[in-house]
Amino acid sequence: MSGNITYKEINDDVINAMTRTGPLYYVVLAIVSLLTVLLFFLPWVYQIKTGQGVTGLNNPSYWGVYLVNFVFWVGVAHAGTLISAMLYITHTPWRRSVHRSAETMTFFALIISVFFIMIHMGRVWNFYWVLPYPNQRTIWTNFISPLIFDVFAIGTYFLSSLIFLYFGLIPDIAAIRHRAIGWRRKLYEALSLGWRGTDREWYIRDKAYMLFSVLIMPLVVSVHSVVSWDFALGIVPGLHKTIFAPYFVTGALYSGFAGVVLLISILRRVQNSAKYITERHYDKIGIMLLALSLLWSYLTILEIVMGLTSHSSFELEHLRYKLLNPGFAGMTAIMMFSNTILPLSLAIRKIRVSITCQCIISIFILSGMWLERFLIFGTALPRKFLPYAWHDYHPGWVEIAITAGSFFLFILMFMIFMKIFPVISITEVKEEIGMPTERGT
Amino acid sequence: MSRFLDKLFARFNIYREPGYYGKYDYKWTIVIDLDKCDGCEACVIACHAENNLPVVGEEECSKNRAFNWIRIERYVEGEYPDVKVKFIPILCQQCGKARCEVGCPTYATYHNQDGLNVQVYNRCIGTFTCATYCPYDVRHFNWFSYKWDAPLEQQLNPDVTVREKGVMEKCTFCIQRIRAGKDHAKDEGRKIMDGEIQPACVQTCPAGAMTFGDLNDPESMVSKLAKSERRYRLFEDLNTDPSVIYLKRVMK
Repeated sequence: MSGNITYKEINDDVINAMTRTGPLYYVVLAIVSLLTVLLFFLPWVYQIKTGQGVTGLNNPSYWGVYLVNFVFWVGVAHAGTLISAMLYITHTPWRRSVHRSAETMTFFALIISVFFIMIHMGRVWNFYWVLPYPNQRTIWTNFISPLIFDVFAIGTYFLSSLIFLYFGLIPDIAAIRHRAIGWRRKLYEALSLGWRGTDREWYIRDKAYMLFSVLIMPLVVSVHSVVSWDFALGIVPGLHKTIFAPYFVTGALYSGFAGVVLLISILRRVQNSAKYITERHYDKIGIMLLALSLLWSYLTILEIVMGLTSHSSFELEHLRYKLLNPGFAGMTAIMMFSNTILPLSLAIRKIRVSITCQCIISIFILSGMWLERFLIFGTALPRKFLPYAWHDYHPGWVEIAITAGSFFLFILMFMIFMKIFPVISITEVKEEIGMPTERGT
Repeated sequence: MSRFLDKLFARFNIYREPGYYGKYDYKWTIVIDLDKCDGCEACVIACHAENNLPVVGEEECSKNRAFNWIRIERYVEGEYPDVKVKFIPILCQQCGKARCEVGCPTYATYHNQDGLNVQVYNRCIGTFTCATYCPYDVRHFNWFSYKWDAPLEQQLNPDVTVREKGVMEKCTFCIQRIRAGKDHAKDEGRKIMDGEIQPACVQTCPAGAMTFGDLNDPESMVSKLAKSERRYRLFEDLNTDPSVIYLKRVMK
């Protein structure tokens, strides 16, 4: 960040990005809303009315693209916490201008992943039965079920990331409330909780923020471990592996960071925030991506080697299907190229600081990670134990539409959010440039 | 407090002990003699009639969505004209340590007092977890709300629920017949006698390949058959403790 930015400039930049809205924004918003309804909500309503039979699911392959999307979005949600909590505790300076976008991404990605659990359910109108609460219908949850672990893990993560996001927002909302009019002013006055910016308030807020960071840190590891147990605790060959928890966590962070790169690059474009998100940020995130790529590749190879040395004919049959079937072998090759080979180029500093290169690599990583999850479900379940029951899985049009629609839903939620709340943290950017020394700056 | 804890742990430990259902009234078991099975699929038809299973048609069947609570698996060995076909009827194995029960978040599938895995349709929310965890692929999902063609809706069994869309279902060992038999026996103040009740598949089997009974009763037919040297259970190494015992095929 260049050293001569003033406090006033930061305030102006952030508030202008929120309030000055051109016609292009509304056009894009309208298109995205239309696509969200057409691709996401209408197919879902159709599926609820008709039944799960509109998907391509079948008897052995009961888990398909919906759960792939669920795992994918939970994964994308992971970098937010890592950036906000872990890097806050370690006082990493480059997190400051990107952490708000990352936290928002976490929150919205989690909403979409919860949507996907619901879409996946046969009787979604009974969704609340997975919540343990006293009731008169003798319905109680089965606490040994990994799905109930999931309810708690994702519930905790959802609430903590919401609190974390809101906590960071309070001083920012307070800073912009005086410059807002109309409904915005009312909203900000209510949400800023009467923040005045006294020393004591800052002291308490910083203490609480640090405490939250420490509390939220185990969630980075726990949430996706629990998600992986949904699959690893069954005895399906190809899913029943002890390596799944670290494998999923690494994959989640990996795709999450790729998501952050894409998101901040778009924001940088549309919000004119090039002076806050600079080469340095891309450089550091690039190093992170490279490290995660190496770790992920190691675990992927380890997973295959574990299967080969399992001495189980079921496991070997699964591997034969995954690696030798032409369709899946092609997908595996694409996955390995985009997640292992291509990110190696991030070792070169020139590529790391080039925003275009990083965005292209991130798109490859995100699609590679989606394919990774698809390969996990798409190859394990069609080749379970009894050969007579084997049946291939091809996603139906409803599944494909909802998958595409979920991306538009994410964009829609983010577009609305960035006009109501500051996506660059005013407070933390000010902290970074230090106290003003001249009057009027 | 400690007495309360002791009681709690005692109750908990009942369920930790392998074979805890030995203490229960009945341990329903089906013994299938593969030497006698000729793959006629009469059991499949009987099951469809007894348990209100929908007939889904060619297109759905090609997607592996047929409702066969019991199915005859055919494995073909060798090339024509030297072909050998082997049959094995696969139904819910009513595992003692069932994987499906671990997966269900709402207790829609649980272990009942007779050692059966019971599926409560009203509790099911359709997460597919039980079917995915099941190593035998015997669970079936209601992809749509199925309709029966004109005269067929008249022959639905009133003792069995017609399932709606979004619900998982599976073989119950004809629990409606077991319940009726238990009621009858209770009225007369006795236990159910061997051979008094039979699931539809066992009743129908023309070759007499299937036998149903209580494994806890050492005098029952299934207990005697289960001592056979040809005895095996499907995927014993997965440690699911199934209640269906197969007698190995030895005839050429």
